[in-house]
Amino acid sequence: MTETIELSIDSKIEFVDLVASVTKSVTSKLGFDEDDASWIELAVHEAVINAIMHGNKSAADKQVDVRFVTEQDAVTVYVRDYGEGFDPAQLPDPTNADNLLNPSGRGIFYMRTFMDEVEHSIHPEGGSLVRMRKVKRLS
Amino acid sequence: MANLVIKDRQAGDVTILDLSGKITIGEGSVQLREAVRRLLDDGKKKVLLNLGDVSYVDSSGIGELVSSYTTTNHNGGQLKLLNQTKKIHDLLTITKLLTVFESYDDEATAVSSFK
Repeated sequence: MTETIELSIDSKIEFVDLVASVTKSVTSKLGFDEDDASWIELAVHEAVINAIMHGNKSAADKQVDVRFVTEQDAVTVYVRDYGEGFDPAQLPDPTNADNLLNPSGRGIFYMRTFMDEVEHSIHPEGGSLVRMRKVKRLS
Repeated sequence: MANLVIKDRQAGDVTILDLSGKITIGEGSVQLREAVRRLLDDGKKKVLLNLGDVSYVDSSGIGELVSSYTTTNHNGGQLKLLNQTKKIHDLLTITKLLTVFESYDDEATAVSSFK
């Protein structure tokens, strides 16, 4: 059985903490261990920040939609913006020696590291959609 | 209440910044940037960031640590890390930044490492 939680926020950094609160509630309810819960929180944080800053470009009239779909042992998080979309394949590798001292460009790398699955796509009705999934480890 | 509280103290000619709270996009990152900038403007070029009480860091915060490091270097100074939390250690390891930062768990050793 799945359950769904959805929220939409304006493109404001101060609302990211609200998403973090919901993320914590979801991972706690599913029983993720402390480490995984904090990494999921970071991955969702990074996705929402990207949606606000790079997708919506902080436009006041554009929202970020976040949807959590929970199963017994997993959570899938969808983050959608209403921007022009981008190609994640074009992102430079932050671990390449030439990029190590770049001040930015690590968010998606962290998302891919901490979640089991991360997919970027263009939403059929416009904007970018990120789908991330994490399965609970067997204890 | 501020997301990040920064207190500075001297150990000889080394300035220790005790950071407490979150280094994240927006306020926390900006506060760190301004604190390091102020030290360099005052001619304090030996900087030790004490991260022991940092509860949360995002990619922007990691980026700010990198910026602080490069800005200090470009101004002829040195910036080192003290008391990385496990989370920060993991984030630095994953992005191969452990090779960039000089990092210590003991304050006296860290202070004496500055030339």
